[in-house]
Amino acid sequence: MANKKQKTPEQQRYQQRVNEKMPRSKTFSQCIRAFISGGIICCIGQLVRDAGENLLMLDEEGVAAFTAIVMVFLGASLTGLGVYDNIGTWAGAGSIVPITGFANSIVSPAMEFKREGFVTGTAAKMFTIAGPVLVYGVGSSVIVGLIYALFRM
Amino acid sequence: MDYFWAFVVGGGICVIGQLLMSLTRLTPARILVTFVTAGVVLSALNLYEPLVELAGAGATVPLTGFGYSLGKGAIEAVMEKGVIGAFTGGITATAGGVAAAIVFGYIFALIFNPKTKM
Repeated sequence: MANKKQKTPEQQRYQQRVNEKMPRSKTFSQCIRAFISGGIICCIGQLVRDAGENLLMLDEEGVAAFTAIVMVFLGASLTGLGVYDNIGTWAGAGSIVPITGFANSIVSPAMEFKREGFVTGTAAKMFTIAGPVLVYGVGSSVIVGLIYALFRM
Repeated sequence: MDYFWAFVVGGGICVIGQLLMSLTRLTPARILVTFVTAGVVLSALNLYEPLVELAGAGATVPLTGFGYSLGKGAIEAVMEKGVIGAFTGGITATAGGVAAAIVFGYIFALIFNPKTKM
């Protein structure tokens, strides 16, 4: 404890250097992990896409929907099992940005608030993050559509 | 080769998210909202389509791909049905994913309980 208060100028300079360096190298390793985990999740998605295209003979729209449904299922079930949060601590944004992270953002609060009831608990809290995503996503798509309609006339 | 590009592009999009999180301290909720909106805007500018053609799931699995589906759906519906398509197209194109998120989200939230945090 006593050591902490009496720092030589050299130690202080060292500490300053450490503080400057630390966040950057941390950010770098976080990015590497996000890259690897995000890449793996997208490769799983590609596997699902290929299966939908070649095994189930779906058309383009069907393949897109099939992939979204399967990935959401995986994200939701792994969140329920408690596995996805463990992946998340390592993967950071690599587990948040893919659509599996969207499913995770639905199941996590829904489980957490189950005790507040099935309507105002589970069902309402499902959309704490998914709600804003839909509001801005659907909202901006309508605006884009309207702009397109305007230019067509 | 499909898988190589899926990995690189998908991983790259996640790195952008990680950089936003680490450097600007954006919360995950804001990241997701930003990415969906960015996907819609990029698809409107025809910039996201080439990425989907190159990387497949690498571009459609990240949430920007959800935005891309919304935007593309709205634009295509406008071409077919006019103004009304702006309102129907986006949700129609993403109906499968949204319905799956609601149904599976609800079911798994019912079945499982949160793990005690260590």
